[in-house]
Parts: sequence; C-alpha cells; structure tokens
Amino acid sequence: MSDAEPVRTITCTVNGGLRTATVPVRTSLADFLRETLGLTGTHLGCEEGQCGACTVLSDGRTVRACLLLAVQADGTVIETIEGANTSGRLADLQEAFHVRGALQCGFCTSGILLTADAMLSEGNALERADIRAGLTGHICRCTGYQAIVDAIADIGAARSAASD
Amino acid sequence: MTDELLPATLGDAEPAICTRRLASGRSRYTADVANPKALHAAFLRSPHAHAHILSMDTEPARAMTGVAAVWTGKELLARVNGYAARTAVHPEMKVPLQHALAVETARFHGEPVAIVVAESRARAEDAAAAISVEWSPQPPLCDPGSAADEPPLHPELDTNIALHLEQASEGAEAILAAADRVIERRFAFNRHTGVPLEARSIVADFEPCEGRLEIVMSHQCPHQMQVEFARLLGLAQHRVRIVTPDVGGAFGVKQQLYGEDVAVCAAAVLLGCPVRFVADRAEAMLTDIQAREHLVTARLALDADGRMLGFSIEDTHAIGPYLQYPRSNLGESRALLSLVGAPYVLDCFFGTADIVFQTKAMAGHYRGVGHPLACTVTEALVDEATRVSGHDRIAFRKAQLVRKLPHRSPTGVLFERLAFAECFEALEKAVDLHVLEAEVAKDRARGRIAGWGVAAFIEQTARGPGFYGHGGQSVSSRDGAVVRLEPSGTIRCLSSVTEQGQGTETGVRQLVARALGVCSDAIEIITGDTAVTPHGGGTWGSRGMAIGGQAAWDAAQSLRCEILRLAACLSQRSPEALDLLQGAIVERETGLTIISLSELAAMAHFQPYRFGADRQPQLSASAEYGPLDQPFRAGTGIQLSRIEIDPVTGAVHPLRHLVVHEAGRVVNPLMVDGQIRGGVAQGLGAALFEHCAYAEDGRAEATSLARYQVPMAVDLPDIELVHAGHPTFTDDGLGIVGVGEAGTVGAGAALLNAVNDALAGTGAAAVFTLPLTPPRILAALGAI
Repeated sequence: MSDAEPVRTITCTVNGGLRTATVPVRTSLADFLRETLGLTGTHLGCEEGQCGACTVLSDGRTVRACLLLAVQADGTVIETIEGANTSGRLADLQEAFHVRGALQCGFCTSGILLTADAMLSEGNALERADIRAGLTGHICRCTGYQAIVDAIADIGAARSAASD
Repeated sequence: MTDELLPATLGDAEPAICTRRLASGRSRYTADVANPKALHAAFLRSPHAHAHILSMDTEPARAMTGVAAVWTGKELLARVNGYAARTAVHPEMKVPLQHALAVETARFHGEPVAIVVAESRARAEDAAAAISVEWSPQPPLCDPGSAADEPPLHPELDTNIALHLEQASEGAEAILAAADRVIERRFAFNRHTGVPLEARSIVADFEPCEGRLEIVMSHQCPHQMQVEFARLLGLAQHRVRIVTPDVGGAFGVKQQLYGEDVAVCAAAVLLGCPVRFVADRAEAMLTDIQAREHLVTARLALDADGRMLGFSIEDTHAIGPYLQYPRSNLGESRALLSLVGAPYVLDCFFGTADIVFQTKAMAGHYRGVGHPLACTVTEALVDEATRVSGHDRIAFRKAQLVRKLPHRSPTGVLFERLAFAECFEALEKAVDLHVLEAEVAKDRARGRIAGWGVAAFIEQTARGPGFYGHGGQSVSSRDGAVVRLEPSGTIRCLSSVTEQGQGTETGVRQLVARALGVCSDAIEIITGDTAVTPHGGGTWGSRGMAIGGQAAWDAAQSLRCEILRLAACLSQRSPEALDLLQGAIVERETGLTIISLSELAAMAHFQPYRFGADRQPQLSASAEYGPLDQPFRAGTGIQLSRIEIDPVTGAVHPLRHLVVHEAGRVVNPLMVDGQIRGGVAQGLGAALFEHCAYAEDGRAEATSLARYQVPMAVDLPDIELVHAGHPTFTDDGLGIVGVGEAGTVGAGAALLNAVNDALAGTGAAAVFTLPLTPPRILAALGAI
C-alpha cells in the first residue's frame, strides 16, 4: 500500500530565527513547534481552540497554534513563550504570576501570559472585569483565575505608571 | 524531636518552587520529554455504549506504512493479566474482571479495543481507522434508577448492583417514624469530571536484557503504579520505575490504572522499545474517570420545636461498567453514609446505598469524592426545613452545631476535631449578614431575582489505612522522606509526595528548612521517581502536607540531632546547648557561632576522623509516617454564596463567594489559599454547568470542551477567604490538616442554597437537580 505522507517545505521566522522545514501537510502549527522545533513551552490542552493553552503570536497577533496548519505559517513571523521569555519583555508578568501564585500546574500559563501581554499592550487601563473578559478563551483549571487577575492588574498598573 | 512550641503558621507565603520555570515556557510535562526513539500508540475505541465484538480484522492496519504492531484485546491477553478492584472490606461486592483492551464486549463509548503502534501518532491513527470490526450492538444501560431491573451487564455477576450498603444508628427507624415533621427531597447529581488541562500521557521503555520497565507518566500515585504494572505484566517490582515529571493538574483523574496505560506498557515490553501515548481531549473526555452521578432520596426529621432529629437517605450511585482499579468505587457512597448531617447534633441516621453498573465511562475519585454530595444533601435540606418552619437559617444552624468534642455522629464516625463554632463566629465577624439580607431584599424590591445561601462542610483529610489497608489493596496511606546533608552544607530531600501544582514540594521544603535552620534555597526537593524516593501514597485525599510533610519533618529532625551531636563533639559542649540557625550551629544561650553548617558538612564527609575514633557521622536520615489508627483529620468550614438570576436567559451569576475555613497548622498561606480558591472554582463549575451528558443510545455527548463547559474567568467572582482562628491541635505530630478538597466540598451546596433562596423569593419551588443550567432555572421560574 503506497501511502507516502504529502509534505511541503515551509520557511518562517520563529522567535527571531529563520526556520526552514519539510513537514507533512497535515501537521498543525502546534505540532510543528513542539515536535519539529522542540519548542515544548506551547502546550496542547484540547486541539480544537477551546482552552487557549497553545496561544502563540503570529505576525504580532495572538493565534491558536492548534487551529493552524504548519503550512499556513509559511512566510509568517511566529513568537512563542520561549521567544518572549528570552527577550525579557514578559519578565514583569512572569514574576507577578510566580509571586502571586497565578499558576499552579502551569499548563495554561504560556498562552495566558501571551494574551495578558497583548491585553496590556493595548494601553487601556483595565478593571478586574475587563481582565476577566479578556481571559475568555483561556481555561485554567487550577487557580480559579483570581490570582491571574491579580497579577495582570498589578502589572497593568505598574506599566501604566511607568509610561506616565 | 524538638519540643519547642510551634506557631500556627509554620512558613511564609513563599511562591511555589517550579512556577518561575513553568512561567518561562520551560515545562517538563510527559509529552515534553523528548525520546526520539519512541514509537507512538493510538487506540481503536468502541463507537457504541455496549456491543459485542463478533470479529476484528487488523490485517489492513498491520500492512500500512510505518506501523510496528497492532494488538487486539484478545491478543494482549497472553501478555497482560486482567484486573478486578476487589476489597476484603466487602467480600460480597460484585467485581467484574477488566482487561486493558475490551476482549469480547465493549461496555462504554470510547472503551479501547485495539492498540496500534507506529512511527508517528498520525500514522498510528490512520492504521487504527483501518481496522474493521463487526459489532453487535447491545442495549445501553444509562438510567441508574432502572439498573436493578435491567439484564446484567456482566452475565457472570447476575446483577447490575455491585454492592448494597447500609448504615443505621440504633433505634433510627423508630425515631424517624415518630418525628413531628419529615422533609423529603429527591436529589439528582450530575456526572462530571476533573478536566486536568494536561491530558493523561505516558512513555514506557523496556530493557529486555535486564527486565526493566521505565515509565514516564502523568500520574498522582507513581508508587501505586509501580506495584500494579509489575503485577499485571509479571515483572519484578524493583525493576519497574515510574517517573512523574511536571504534571498538568490531576484532581483525582490521574489516580488509578487506565487500560491504555497497561496496553502501552505491554507494547513496550513486547517490542523492546519506547512507546508513547498522549491522550487528546476527545479521548480524555471519553475515558478519564467521571464522578458523582447519584440519585439520592433524602429525609430530614424534625421535632415539634423544629429541632433536627436525624437524616435518612437512599442513594443510588451509578459507576461505569467496572470498578476502578485498584481502589474500587465505594468512596462516594461511603461519604454520603458517613457525612450526611455531620455538622449537627442529631439523634439518629439511617441510610442505604446501591452502587450500580452502567454503560458509561468509568467512575472514580474526583476531588472531594462524595463530600460535596453529603454537604449538598445536608445543607439543602436544612434550608428547606428553615423555609418550611420560618426559622432563621443561621440561628437554626448555630443552635444545633456540634460543639462538644470528641463527637461520635449517628453515622458512626468519630470526630476528634471540628471547628464549626469558631467558623460561624468568623463568618459573622467577616460579613454582616443583616446587611447582606437587606441588600438582597433591596435587589428583590427592584425586581431582581437575587438570593444568598450558606453551607457548612467537613473535609476528611489525610486518611489512614482503614479502608485500603483492611481491604487488602496495595494503596499506601503513608509517605516517606530521606534528608541528606551534602558536602557543601546544602540539603537534598527525596520525598514520596507528588506535585501536580498544589505546592506540596514547596511546603515540604519549608518544613525541612524550618527543622534544619536553613533557608529554603539551601534545599533541593526531589519527588516523583520511584527509583529514588521512599515508597508512599503520593497525592490523594488531601494528604501531601499532613502526611508527607510530617515524614519530611521527622527525617529532618533526625538529621538535625546528628548535626548537633557532631558539632557538640567538636566544641566539647552538649548537643542540648546548641541550635541550628541560618546555616550555622550556634550556642543556644549566647548565639555564638560554633561552626557553619557548610564547614561541618565538609568535615563530616571528608575528615570524619575529627569527630572521634568510634563515631561514624550519619549524614542522611529517613523517616516514614502515616496514621496508624486515626481514620482521618477533619477540616471544617462554611461557604457563603450570593447570586443573581438573569430572568431572560436563566443564567445564574455568582456575585460573591466566601469561604471560612479551619485546617490546623498552615505551612504556606499562599498555597492554602490557592488550593481553596481553585477548589471552589471546580465546585461552582459542577453546580453551574459541568455535565458529562450521554445520548439515549448511551454515546457520550460531552466529547470536547465545546460540549463540556468548565468555568472561565468571567464565570467566577473573586473568592473571599477567612481563616477561622483558635485552631486546636489535637492531632499527633505537626497537626497539619489537608486543604486540597475543602473548596470543592462546600461550594456547590452554598450556591444551590443561594439559588433556591432566590427562587423562593419569586415564589418558585426549589431545585434539587444539578447542574443549575439556564433551561432548568427557567423551568423552575415557570418561564418555559
């Protein structure tokens, strides 16, 4: 039985580096990041866009890596938690999450951090209710969300104070 | 042992050890652990709730590119033993034999019937889809109420009732029969599940030359799995090693044996190479254990003055087609039979429970086990009693609380410590209930559907060997720790506790730090590896700190004694005159430093002769701990919920939620608060919308997170916490009480009482069927 995997070669910028790989066309972006590139900080919680754990940035916008095929990332600029971590631009949020206990098992955290940063980058002052609304699309099963809201509110206040 | 008086809080609100790493994207969950040689497993699953397998053709699958092996249930029989969750506590229990893969009959939608091992997960899934099965569908068994009358799901057992339980106090029937008033309500509890965000995952590797099976898996109880995999695969127990790296939540879902895990291990043994299986969400929703599907008819008997005389309950607990191995499924009904009415002084109790088979996913021990059911039955009936009699809800409860300890409830349970009086006092200090009542009245006057409610609860934590030990099951209620002094003066602690995000490792580290007078950073904690830590129970029943923490404390105390003896030797002083403080051995009276711990450690490791010719420095100490005859340690509390109902959509909006809690000595307040808040979120989710729905044909409907709603941030309010003061430490050792399940235990009951209070405000009848979905609320309001 001949059943060779159809493949395609893609090139994209991942965390600042140009990456070229030949992937089965049915490979999701999440699997490409995790299995091909070894970027296991992007987690798969549902593989159908419900839980938000696999959130990454594509051309600066938050996307679900489980809902995109790797071939759709051809020519784009992808940033994952590893890239954001290395750049240091999430350092304040990461530290606040750690100190506040805004993560327990940590499985949802990569995605929530990227969404939180995007939420705060829009520059609006955020009330707790806004933060809760902004977290829609992310499931955290451990914390009850309160510490996450606390951490994001802290950094929202700190960032706007710093930019004043 | 130190005989210094310990404070109520043993440590600071230190952040968890691993969260900085996890927030940096540097996780090590099982699926993150790269093993380039691993083959991938996928399963063919039953599309039917109940069907005989007439024939299976696996040849097309075997012929496909990249496929290493295919086994059916029948083919695996030769390599893997079947299993049955028997307990010597109930030898009369009907326990069907279960196999890793169904052999002749599949009895739930999603039950695995064949395993495919291939070079990639996609290839394995393709091949599984190429297996053809000739099915003979059989009638599903979905309704727990009719299980007794249906043909037996396991013909060899003659009945669908696995076990009938009864619990009665002396003279109960006469007291209940003579009561002035009996309030009877029927509760229907919804089947729901834990949904850890990381699905179950396992990588098994077998070394055929040495007969060694090494497993990396996402599990709460690695030592239990070591015992069971060895038993089922016929391997030597000491050559089975389980490593649990980062675990992405568990909540009881990762506590038992799953057929897929056994099949993956068998595949690794048969192929002599690593095999990996990571469940996707649909597989998790189909096959993770589910919990708490009960029908309960409950009665509360009152005398003419409205005093509660006692409860009687008839419980039907619908489990899946098998009893979960190795623990069995008695926990939920036993909790109902022992904890209904528990907060109150009562004259009697009478209860029965039937544990029945059905063609749904396996049931197991989800966070809280039966405690939320017992709390809901009790507290909803208490509220009904006050509605009928016109009593004040708080005064009625306070007048009848258990205050005198120790207390034996009419269910036969001995409570050594309960703090209800303190909790109610703390509640009334934290919340002006008259103001709350007035606010709700004002809302109602403005036409809103508003209400509030409370629920008093007990959480039995840190259980002893009373059930599994007597049952002859290989489930440890103990934990152990080894504490080692390294040459640099730093400490390594190997503990059998396991970590799924609760902060158990952090708490253990704080206890060791306190015992040895060093900072937390000087200690490295190693958990989750059966090859290096002592054997122990791991995570179940809120036990990590109370049991595992105690073991680490005891081991650290032994090491402390030895360190002080060695320092005494060097300094010509008595060990009693010395203390360990901030990494140095000091003279107790003057605070004068005798020697730093690092100098002493290096000396003891490399120049041992300096401590005398006949003394061998002992630089590691171990201890194991577990309750021997104490059945549990009780935590107590009260939860308060305030809600509003949207009259158009029927949605219940929790506006306020407060937990008053007492749980003995606290090690880390940040971790305790995190456990309680997270537990409340799960309790509220279960009460509001979580439901493992099944179609009439028995097929699962809740197969994704789109069809099984868990709370998101917008669904929950901030959760206020009040820690009740004046704890009494009647327990042995450190007097730590578990907190892992407290939030879940009382949250749903408080919310249900608030909803029923709101419904009563409109003149509508109360609801006792869960979850409180919008259609159910609209029906109660008469709007649909």
